[in-house]
Amino acid sequence: MSNHAAPDFKNPVIRWVDSRLPVFSYVYAEYGVFPMPKNLNYFWNFGALAAVVLVTMILTGIMLAMQYTPHVDMAFNSVERIMRDVNYGWLLRYIHMNGASMFFITVYIHVYRGMYYGSYKAPRELLWILGVVILVLMMATAFMGYVLPWGQMSFWGATVITNLFSAFPGIGDAIVTWLWGGFSVDNPTLNRFFALHYLLPFVIFAVVALHVVALHVVKSNNPTGVEPRGPQDTVPFHPYFTAKDSVGLGVFLIVFAFFVFFAPNYMGHPDNYIPADPLVTPPHIVPEWYFLPFYAILRSFVDGWWPYEVVFGWWASAKLAGVLAMFGSLLVLAVLPWLDTSKVRSCRYRPMYKWAVILFLIDFVILGWVGGKPAEEPYVTIAQGATMYYFFHFLILTPLIGWIERPKPLPASISESVLQKSAAK
Amino acid sequence: MRKYGLSLATAAMIAVGGSALIGSAAQAAGGGAHPPQPDYSFTGMFGSFDRAELQRGLQVYTGVCAACHGLDLVRFRELEALGYSEDQIKAFAATYSVEDGPNEDGDMYDRPGEPKDRFPAPFPNVQAAAASNGGKAPPDLSLIVKNRAHGLGSIGLNFVDMLKGGEFATGAAYVSALLGHGYVEEPTMADKMSCLAANPGESHEAYEARLEEFEVPAGGHFNKWFPGCAIKMPNPLYEDAVEYADGTPATPEQMAHDVSVFLTWASEPTLEARKEMGIKALLFLIVFTGILIAVKRNIWRNVKKA
Repeated sequence: MSNHAAPDFKNPVIRWVDSRLPVFSYVYAEYGVFPMPKNLNYFWNFGALAAVVLVTMILTGIMLAMQYTPHVDMAFNSVERIMRDVNYGWLLRYIHMNGASMFFITVYIHVYRGMYYGSYKAPRELLWILGVVILVLMMATAFMGYVLPWGQMSFWGATVITNLFSAFPGIGDAIVTWLWGGFSVDNPTLNRFFALHYLLPFVIFAVVALHVVALHVVKSNNPTGVEPRGPQDTVPFHPYFTAKDSVGLGVFLIVFAFFVFFAPNYMGHPDNYIPADPLVTPPHIVPEWYFLPFYAILRSFVDGWWPYEVVFGWWASAKLAGVLAMFGSLLVLAVLPWLDTSKVRSCRYRPMYKWAVILFLIDFVILGWVGGKPAEEPYVTIAQGATMYYFFHFLILTPLIGWIERPKPLPASISESVLQKSAAK
Repeated sequence: MRKYGLSLATAAMIAVGGSALIGSAAQAAGGGAHPPQPDYSFTGMFGSFDRAELQRGLQVYTGVCAACHGLDLVRFRELEALGYSEDQIKAFAATYSVEDGPNEDGDMYDRPGEPKDRFPAPFPNVQAAAASNGGKAPPDLSLIVKNRAHGLGSIGLNFVDMLKGGEFATGAAYVSALLGHGYVEEPTMADKMSCLAANPGESHEAYEARLEEFEVPAGGHFNKWFPGCAIKMPNPLYEDAVEYADGTPATPEQMAHDVSVFLTWASEPTLEARKEMGIKALLFLIVFTGILIAVKRNIWRNVKKA
C-alpha cells in the first residue's frame, strides 16, 4: 500500500486509538494522500457511485425488511402497506426499487470503462475478476429481490429462471426441487429468497472491500493506460478526488431523484402490481431491464440454429446450451485479461480495438433491446446474431486484434500526454 | 471545453444509458392500439389531483363499481385526501357494515364501519366472486391503474412520456376508455383491430378474415379497449347512473373519467406528497451540485490535466 508515514496526530484520543488500531493512519494513507493519476476523467466516478448505491440499497433494504412479511399470502399486501401506511415507506421503497436499476447503470458503465481503457490488464487481473464476482452476486441479489413483492412478474420470473436449472441432465430436476424447497415456486421459495436477499448484499459488501484493497495495491488505471512515473503524474486523493467524485455524485443524485420522485415505476413492470397467481400466466414474461441482454443470449439457443447445432447440438439440449451460454457470457468477462493479447491498455492508443469495443457496446444494447421483445421474428434472428457477436468479440476479435494491431505510440508519461494536449490547444 | 463535454456525456449516459439499453420490456397484451390519452391534472412534475374529480369518482365507485369490485387496500380515513372532513368520513364509513370479532362469546358480529376500516369487499372470497360473475372474479381496483399502465416497462418507447411525467396515466386512460367509450353494439373492423392484434407472421388477409369472423362468446360483451375484445363485465355506466353531488351532468364519459382519476389516487395515494418532495429534492440537489462544481474547479485550478 501507500508508503506515506502516518501523520503526527495532535489529538491524544486519536493518537491513543491509532497506535493500537491504525484506522486513522489507514484513512490518511488510503483516502488522504493516496496518489491518484491526475488525468482521470469522469468515467472514473462510477466505482464510487456504485459504492454509494450499494450502501443506499443496504440501508433502505434493512428498513424495508422491518416492514415486509415474506409469506405468499401477505408479501404483496405488506409491500402495499409500506407504500400506503408506513411513514415515508413509499420513499424507501421507490429508492430501493430504482436503486437496483441505478446500481446496474453505474456498474455497467464502470465495467465498460474498464473495457475501454484496458483496466483489466496486468497487474489488475484480480481486481477485475473480483469485479465480475460482484456483478454476478448483484444479479443473484437483484433477481431474488424482485421476487419479494410477490407480484405476477415476481412469481413467473422466479418460475422461469429457477426452471433453467432443470436443463442440467440427470440432476436438473433435483436441483430445481432443492432450489424451490418443494415442487413449485411457493412459500418456502419466497422465504429462502428473502433470507438470501438479505444475506447477499453483505457478501457483496465484503467482495467490494476486497475489490478496494486490490485497487489500492495496484492503484487506479487512467485514460492513457500508462502507469504514473512519479509525483508529477499524480495528485493526492483528498481534496482532488473527494471533490471530483462529489461532483459526479451530485449529478448522479439528480438523475436518481428524478426517477424516484417523478418516474418511480418507469423501469418496473406494471404486471408486478397484480398479486401473484400461479393459475394465470402473464402474456409476456420479461425479466428486469438489466437482465435483458443475458436473457436474449439465453433465448437465442433453439433447435436448428446452426451455431447451437455445431457447438452444442451433439451433446446438450438447446435449453442447456442457452443456460451455459448465459453463464458463459459472464465467465468470458472474467477471463478477458488473458483473452486480450495486446500489451497496450487504453483504447486511445489502439486504433482497431477501439472500434471493436464500441461495436461491442452497440451489440450489448441490441441484446438488451431484443431481450425485451417477444420470441418471434425478426427479433429471434437479431438476438442470435447479436449473441454470436458477443462471443465473437471476446473469443476471436479480442485476441486477434491484439496480434495484428499496430498501436499508436504511447506517451512517455501522463504528464507528457497532458503537455502534448495543452500544446495542441 | 472537453471537460464539460465529458461530464455532460456522463450525465447523459446515466439518464439515457438505461433507456437505450433497455428496449420495451413488454407490449400491452392482445390489443393492437392504445386508447387516446386524456389530459390528466396529476401528470407532470407539478401535477396534482382535482378534488372535484376525485369526489365524483368516489361516487361512481361506490354507486356502481363497488357492487362487484373490491378496493381492498384503501381505508376510509384516507378519503381525507379527497377533501372530506373527519366527520364526513366518519359518517361515510358508518354507512358500511363491517364484520368484526370474535367477541367474548366467540361470535363474529357486524358493526358500522369506522375510518380505520378498509372498504369492505363485495364478496366473501374469490370463489364467491367468480360464481356470481359468470366464472370470472372481478379484479380488485386498488391498483388497477398502475397494473394496466402500458407505458411502464416499455422503457425504450416511452422515454419522452417519462420525461413529461406521464407515469401511469396510460392506465387511467385505459380505465376511462374502457368504461366511457369501449362498449360498441355493432363493432366495425377498426373497433376489432384496436383490441385484437395481428399474430406474428400473420398475413393481412388472414388477419382481416379473423377479425371478420370474430364473435363475442356467450356471456361476453364487445369492448374495443379490452385486450381480446370480449369482456365479461356488461356495460356498467349509463346516463345518470349516479347523481353527482356537485350537479355535474353524469354522462358515461364523465363518470368514466372521474372514476379513472379516483382509481389513480387509489393506486398511488402518495402521488402528491411524492411530487412535492421531489421538487424540493431536485432544487436542493441542483444548487448543491452547482456548489460542488465550483469547489471542484477551485481545487483543481492549478492542476494541468487532459
